[in-house]
Amino acid sequence: MKLKKKVTTALGMTALAVTISASAMAADTIKVGILHSLSGTMAISETTLKDTMLMLIDEQNKKGGVLGKKLEAVVVDPASNWPLFAEKAKELIEKEKVVATFGCWTSVSRKSVLPVFEEQNSLLFYPVQYEGEESSRNVFYTGAAPNQQAIPAVDYLMTEIGVKRWVLAGTDYVYPRTTNKILEAYLKAKGVAAADIMINYTPFGHSDWQSIVADIKKFGSEGKKTAVVSTINGDANVPFYKELGNQGITADNIPVVAFSVGEEELSGIDTKPLVGHLAAWNYFMSVDSEVNDAFIESWQKFIKSENRVTNDPMEAHYIGFNMWVKAVEKAGTTDAEAVQDAIIGVTVPNLSGGYSAMMPNHHITKPVLIGEIQDDGQFEIVWQTSGLEVGDAWSDYLEGSKDLISDWRKPLSCGAYNVVTAKCSGTN
Amino acid sequence: MNTVLQFIITGLLFCLPILSTSVAFGATQSAEFEQGVQLLASKSFTEKEQAIHMIGNSGDPLAIKTLQAVYAGKLFFVKKDKTLVYGEPDGSTYSVTDFISGEDLGLIKKRKLKKITINNKLRGVLKSVLAGLNLQHPDPKQRLAAAEEILTGLNPELITLLKKSLLTEQDPEVREALTSALAVAGLHHQDPQQRLASLALIAGNLNPVVKNAIQALIEKENDPIVLKKAEAALKVIEAKSTWYARLETLFFGLSLGSVLVLAAIGLAITFGVIGVINMAHGELIMLGAYTTYVLQQLMPNYIGLALALSIPAAFCVSGLTGILIEKSVIRFLYGRPLETLLATFGISLVLQQTVRSIFSPLNRSVATPDWMSGSLVINPLLSLTTNRVTIFLFAMIVFAGLFVLLKKSSLGLNVRAVAQNRNMARAMGVKAARVDALTFGLGSGIAGIAGVALSQLTNVGPNLGQAYIIDSFMVVVFGGVGNLWGTLVGGLSLGIANKFLEPWIGAVLAKIIILIFIILFIQKRPQGLFPQKGRAAE
Repeated sequence: MKLKKKVTTALGMTALAVTISASAMAADTIKVGILHSLSGTMAISETTLKDTMLMLIDEQNKKGGVLGKKLEAVVVDPASNWPLFAEKAKELIEKEKVVATFGCWTSVSRKSVLPVFEEQNSLLFYPVQYEGEESSRNVFYTGAAPNQQAIPAVDYLMTEIGVKRWVLAGTDYVYPRTTNKILEAYLKAKGVAAADIMINYTPFGHSDWQSIVADIKKFGSEGKKTAVVSTINGDANVPFYKELGNQGITADNIPVVAFSVGEEELSGIDTKPLVGHLAAWNYFMSVDSEVNDAFIESWQKFIKSENRVTNDPMEAHYIGFNMWVKAVEKAGTTDAEAVQDAIIGVTVPNLSGGYSAMMPNHHITKPVLIGEIQDDGQFEIVWQTSGLEVGDAWSDYLEGSKDLISDWRKPLSCGAYNVVTAKCSGTN
Repeated sequence: MNTVLQFIITGLLFCLPILSTSVAFGATQSAEFEQGVQLLASKSFTEKEQAIHMIGNSGDPLAIKTLQAVYAGKLFFVKKDKTLVYGEPDGSTYSVTDFISGEDLGLIKKRKLKKITINNKLRGVLKSVLAGLNLQHPDPKQRLAAAEEILTGLNPELITLLKKSLLTEQDPEVREALTSALAVAGLHHQDPQQRLASLALIAGNLNPVVKNAIQALIEKENDPIVLKKAEAALKVIEAKSTWYARLETLFFGLSLGSVLVLAAIGLAITFGVIGVINMAHGELIMLGAYTTYVLQQLMPNYIGLALALSIPAAFCVSGLTGILIEKSVIRFLYGRPLETLLATFGISLVLQQTVRSIFSPLNRSVATPDWMSGSLVINPLLSLTTNRVTIFLFAMIVFAGLFVLLKKSSLGLNVRAVAQNRNMARAMGVKAARVDALTFGLGSGIAGIAGVALSQLTNVGPNLGQAYIIDSFMVVVFGGVGNLWGTLVGGLSLGIANKFLEPWIGAVLAKIIILIFIILFIQKRPQGLFPQKGRAAE
């Protein structure tokens, strides 16, 4: 009560006298921003991440906070509206004076807030798998880059299942388009003929999959082992899998490997027609490790439901948050500049029983797991990389990006350094 | 004597339902079977594959049952003492029976069991091994399925099995399947005469495997007669497949069209008859879908019944919501289309967020009854998915019902009277305000029914309605405002056009082209396909 009063007074004072610096106000708490949609189309995925952050912050406070101060979560709702993301980000940084923000889901929302974080020099932790081809000084990508999800999944299908023909099916927006471009280049480099690759895009929320599934069936009936690599987003997956089941395509004749289907998405659907289809992630709820058991237990306790599941982006926030805490403690300050330097090389436990490290390109190291969907909506892990994969900001398989590297350590400090021309081309 | 007994037992076992666990088999197990079962516990999938082959070859009476249980993912090892058990999920625990002895071991916690996991490769291996075993199954249907399964993955081992079962097979259908499977294998025979004979046997077969086999034959054939025959056979198959592909596309189009009709027909009444631009129409559909979800939650064991009951329930829920909206908002805005549009758009957001708050933003899972999953297989090239067929029929029934209601009932008469000339109708004693509310309720109720159907096709979530509102308006405007036939013809033709365009130019472009077409169409014919005639059409 007392604390709350103090905060309110402090807030009031800052509102009155803008000249009072942020550090004076932050005497009581350190503010952390949470920028996830709580309404609109993306609420389905992002609400969970907001709750995850609240739980992590709560747990950290129980451990005594950071630098001797309690953390305070500032939650805003950008309502699945991309321009509003930028506005809310600005509000978090300028008005609320948060020292770091955890948020965004879609690539378009990240692109929308990127200039804000760069201009204000604040930190964003982005927890979702994405298409790569970006590296900003102010963003830490704790989700998977294509080489930490898509490429290993294709390798698995090629070597373990013996797939010879490929259907790249995706929703029509930047993540699937870029990922499929990378995959197409990769497959061709591996000797797959153009006639053996079928690429298909569908609008957001596509629900009538009849003819596309019939095409896939026809494409797959020509004698060579066929697989579908799906970057189909969100809601469109359910009718897609239903149609596959109804048209008699099972996982053992044409397996589908998806990059956007996780435990959370599966909890809303009847998984019978999906059993055996695959997903590639860096974490599954079914991972057998003690940290994971503890995480699941505290999550279900926090959310007060034994039915709630955990998923990959939640783990990404878990890793990202712990990295930030460790970096702040290492730097001894929450100052963005200092944390940026301190966080590179920070290593924290991930939930699959190993450790993840923040690399100089602001991506992290992760294991890659392939799981088969089970009838209870969980994944059975059927394959995993022997070691950790380092997230690659710039794909090695695309013209124009294969010569680029990103290294935010001084003195290079560059997000897109061309190793051939030895020039730094912009910051992202 | 002993062997005879064993033979009888073996025979009996095949007849027993696969999952019966009450008989003790101890004595009949071969060493190979036991070794195989032990190997199943291995972590390596390669070793498991060996294990499957060992069990398959063991000839053990338990073999089929074991492999089927592995395939279904119901075989476990107890972590502590490595006993092989059969488990059925029971909440968070498993009800477990000892697999070999059939002894009931009661409930065991999930974490204490180790499931025998399989991956897709093993699923394929299991299928083919099981198919080999099932060739001797007493049920001819099972034998037929086995023979068809073998056709997709022929190998020398299975060919020997096929030949063996052909000697004893009596059922003509199964014999045919066995013969064509052998004929596909026979295409590789060294003797051109044999190849020719095999070719003749499978010439009319539409199975894609056959087509691939003939294609492969053409590529390396050097005997001119065989080559000519093979090419002719391929031509016939290809001609048939194009024909069936067209038929399939037509079915897809009709099915998409029926969904459009279902979604739009409620709007055809509210928009067409009383002229209200109801942006919340999609949310009324969503309410219908959520009603289905709630009813299924209330009756988790009667999914089909719940679905049937949700048709009237959804009609009431959405209909009453519709009447409430009409009475509280729209009534005050008649004749002001812009304000109506804005107000109903606001209502749609309110309804969405309400559902989000009550049911959470996550999608809800609505189960599909068994009779609505799978497909009606007409031949290997053409199969119609059952859920689409059901929904097409459902849409036609709803349309017919609504049509009769409007044409034959007194409510229908009043509705048409008010729509044609409000003042005149009032002068004749029709309570126009009441008719407006009822019409709006009827349109909304139909939207609810559409929601029940959509819950079987797509996600049940707060955004369900948004996906259909544009399409619904498109259909109504295209078909002609205020005309039910227009909605039917408009919806079906848009569905078919969309499906014929899709394979050429992709789903995204197909949608755009349809939209452009409609824009051009209403430039030319602003009244739609079936314009209203007479005085009502000012």
